Amino acid sequence: MSAPLLDISGLSAISTRENARVLRDVDLVVAEGEVHGLVGESGAGKSTIAKAVLDMLPRTIRVTGGRIVFRGRDLASLDRASLRALVAREIALIPQDPMTGLNPTRRIEAQLTDGMRLVAGMSRGEARERALALLEEVRIADPARTLAAYPHELSGGMRQRVLIAAAFALEPKLVVADEPTTALDVTVQKQILRLIRGMQERHGTGVIFVTHDLGVVAKICDRVTLLYQGKVVEAGTAREMIETPRHAYTRALLAASPRYDRPEHGCDPVPGSVVAGLEAEIARHDEGRAP
Amino acid sequence: MADALPRESAPLDAATAAPSLAQRARRPLWRDLLAEKRVVIAGSYLALLALVAIFAPWIAPRDPLEQDLMLSLLPPAWAAGAEPGYWLGTDDLGRDVLSRLIYGARVALTVALVAATLAAILGSVLGLLAGWYRGLVDGAVSRLVDIWMAFPPVLLSILLVAIIGAGLPAVIIAIVIIDWTRFCRVVRAETMQQAAQDYVIAARTIGFSRRAILIREILPNVAPVLVALVSLEMGIAVIVEAILSFVGLSVSSDMPTWGGMIAQGRQIIHHAWWVLAAPLAMLFVTVLAFNQLGDGLRRALDPVARR
Repeated sequence: MSAPLLDISGLSAISTRENARVLRDVDLVVAEGEVHGLVGESGAGKSTIAKAVLDMLPRTIRVTGGRIVFRGRDLASLDRASLRALVAREIALIPQDPMTGLNPTRRIEAQLTDGMRLVAGMSRGEARERALALLEEVRIADPARTLAAYPHELSGGMRQRVLIAAAFALEPKLVVADEPTTALDVTVQKQILRLIRGMQERHGTGVIFVTHDLGVVAKICDRVTLLYQGKVVEAGTAREMIETPRHAYTRALLAASPRYDRPEHGCDPVPGSVVAGLEAEIARHDEGRAP
Repeated sequence: MADALPRESAPLDAATAAPSLAQRARRPLWRDLLAEKRVVIAGSYLALLALVAIFAPWIAPRDPLEQDLMLSLLPPAWAAGAEPGYWLGTDDLGRDVLSRLIYGARVALTVALVAATLAAILGSVLGLLAGWYRGLVDGAVSRLVDIWMAFPPVLLSILLVAIIGAGLPAVIIAIVIIDWTRFCRVVRAETMQQAAQDYVIAARTIGFSRRAILIREILPNVAPVLVALVSLEMGIAVIVEAILSFVGLSVSSDMPTWGGMIAQGRQIIHHAWWVLAAPLAMLFVTVLAFNQLGDGLRRALDPVARR
């Protein structure tokens, strides 16, 4: 097997503001062309991992150990400028909220072509052509008119499509999708998932898909890493995790997901015993380590 | 389990593209401005006032400094005992109140325009830097603002003008030095808020420099608030100028100012109310207009509210 696209090993981080661990020895491997789900509840550290890969960690979070190796290169070994250039060219972000992911004061064309012009050095005309093709690819009905529009003139779903187009604009090797469907309503969500999967397959792009929704994982991910308080609880293929979950927490989460096929059943909350078990694991992990 | 997904080619746009662009007619900026009643009314008044101020020598019925003790304390045109040609009456030295009001607008508007613009530039540059670069810059700027705001503003301006010396430039400098903090605080907060938005992170992942993001992405989003604030500040500048004129620290007495007229009218309020009322009314309406204009601009320029 060839080297993985992204290989994170033993990644640990602390929040300097709360002086608390946010990542605990996280291992994560993303193969080329794979959709890797990063799942966990709020504060599980999934966004922190995503931001670490993009080198966009807020100042209040400090990496205390571990390595992020992207296509054979340790990101920590790169100087600032090369890291910036690497991220710009090969890693892209699909932001969480289509409302704030686009600058309200700039037209779609300007925002969509920023990267093409700055990173790939395209001319205005070339970038426009490429932008039109991309908008067509993300199935926007009227690309030319959309390019001339301001973000607020588009619906949430269309904005998210534009953001997906922008993410794939430079043919990145890895796309980090930070809860890209959370802010959308359910019908649009489904289309967007389908779209991301389709784009990813056509372009052969690896995707880190951050979500708190196991239902979404089932639909789009090849492999999944489940986190709790910055620690990996379970990792494996999406099918395994959903059909034969090993960890009690995974089972509890699956039971807690709403099931549309049996609405009368309702949702079971994660039992206190499972949470207590997780807390004990976290405590064992932290034992003897400097905070 | 991608195979669980229906094919991507299923009809997609029916739901997402529903409110089509064609149905949402694009409105140019001026249409948005005209749709805002406050902008239209306050803006027209201020434009008219500006014209009157600029063309004061042609519009004013008399020389605002010309004294005629024979015609002192004439009441306004509609009252008994009025003299034709003196629409708002005369003051105790027989000077035409209307002409003095018109010339007074020159000082008021000059101060408003110049002082508010300079305060806006100084304050927002510091606010942008503090809000964007954070860290030490923010620490320094914020402490400075905190200290600055602990001084009582009117006292500080009187003190400043007393040190720099009276005159129009001194008044302007005093207002700038006192009021830059307003811009700094608001712009800093707004910059921080914009900096946390996803589009800024997206721009960073593409590799834009911090300075480029500040200028291209953040500044345009801060601008609507800034424009509104400039308008409010103009109203404040008019008041501060009036206060300084009132205490005799503004321009020299051979240039009529609203504040000076108020000070003078105050002493003869019992037998000539109009000498006080006329400049007071102008001051009130003008400041109100600046405030309303600022409010209206903020709404009209908000890119999200613009639909």
